[in-house]
Amino acid sequence: MLRKKHGEHMLSARSLHCRRGGRAVLKNLDFTISPGQVLALHGANGSGKTSLLRVLAGLAPLASGQLWWGEQSLQPGDAGHAARMAYLGHQNGLSTELSATENLRFLQQLGGGTEVAATLQTWDLLPVAEQPVRYLSQGQRRRLALARVWLGQRVLWLLDEPCAALDSAGVTMFDAHLSQHLEAGGMAVIATHRALDVPASSLQRLDLDTLPLNSLLNEDIYAAC
Amino acid sequence: MLIPVFTRELLLAVRRPSDALSGLLFFILVGSLFPLAIGPDAALLRVIGPGVVWVAALLAVLISLHRLFEHDLADGSLEQWLLAPRTLIGLVATKVAAHWLIACLPLILVAPLLALQYGLSNEAAICLIITLLLGTPTLALLGGLGAALTLGMRGQVLQALIVLPMSVPPLVFACSAVSASQQGLPAGPALNLLGACLSLAAFLCPWATAAALRLALE
Repeated sequence: MLRKKHGEHMLSARSLHCRRGGRAVLKNLDFTISPGQVLALHGANGSGKTSLLRVLAGLAPLASGQLWWGEQSLQPGDAGHAARMAYLGHQNGLSTELSATENLRFLQQLGGGTEVAATLQTWDLLPVAEQPVRYLSQGQRRRLALARVWLGQRVLWLLDEPCAALDSAGVTMFDAHLSQHLEAGGMAVIATHRALDVPASSLQRLDLDTLPLNSLLNEDIYAAC
Repeated sequence: MLIPVFTRELLLAVRRPSDALSGLLFFILVGSLFPLAIGPDAALLRVIGPGVVWVAALLAVLISLHRLFEHDLADGSLEQWLLAPRTLIGLVATKVAAHWLIACLPLILVAPLLALQYGLSNEAAICLIITLLLGTPTLALLGGLGAALTLGMRGQVLQALIVLPMSVPPLVFACSAVSASQQGLPAGPALNLLGACLSLAAFLCPWATAAALRLALE
């Protein structure tokens, strides 16, 4: 399937701070993603991968720092940003009572995107397309959720553990689609525990464990005293 | 643009009919228990009829709407709604409108049956239907707000504690309209006030519900 070409804007973050439940989870984070690049977030459980993705999606507020979309300052959560990114969290975002087709068609009508039947075919979901999602396996649901991301044809993908519950065929399929997305000039930020199978030139790694968060936290505490 | 949301809600209600049906059955049962408990005192039944029917409708709406956003929160659909390039207020208003159709319209359709049990005159029964038509959208909007404010909490009591005090004005105006028509007095002023309640709720509730949903997901 042909992908529409995306624009030439870079996503960059400058000294990003993010808090969750009153606790700082990320401090002084800088990164830049160019079109065709993927930022792979690695880190132990609780290191802030999900928090960063939620901030980038506009679901959680930014404690401080700036986000830039090309030359433009970016406010996560505004309608313009929402229209160019697709977010997949731990939950699949699919109604279990509706069938795969009904789910995708609804989201397509809500947010725009490419053809439903063609998308189901590329993700190998046509045989189960008319079944209610609650009868699908966890892996099939995840695949459908990824098909939803693909359907939207957004330039920025924010994916949280996209390959959870996927079988090896599903993982291969995901890597292939991700490569296609990057080739078309798309960008992605992906929290993952496994190595992504994309060309090395388009892969950036960000290890959240190595950030100097703890030392900074202690300084904060001393400053507060 | 909002038609997809509307059809999705109707489809979900057909696949998961228990929420709407339980409210309807609750309404019929509570409305029928009072005549059984009080006995065949026609004059008394006629006096308490409008109030009982309205309180039963209020509680039935509360019961059928308390899980308005719960399924969408659990399966992650709500996150996608927040991130959709459409205004959340419009989506919320459409969802509440769909649920008025699913949960409240059946109540209005069976209300003549209850009016019969309380021996209401034709004029009073018609006035009761009109108050329900004007008042249940207000109740649905308030119920949606309560459901959004208590999203992710266990138990239904908190939602009732939030919604019931706000439902007092429509309840009072509706009952006084029906009582007035029973006594041959004009019901117009009370109906006007009921309409004013609806306008206020339609203006404020979707906005407040959308804000509460954003907070719930933060």
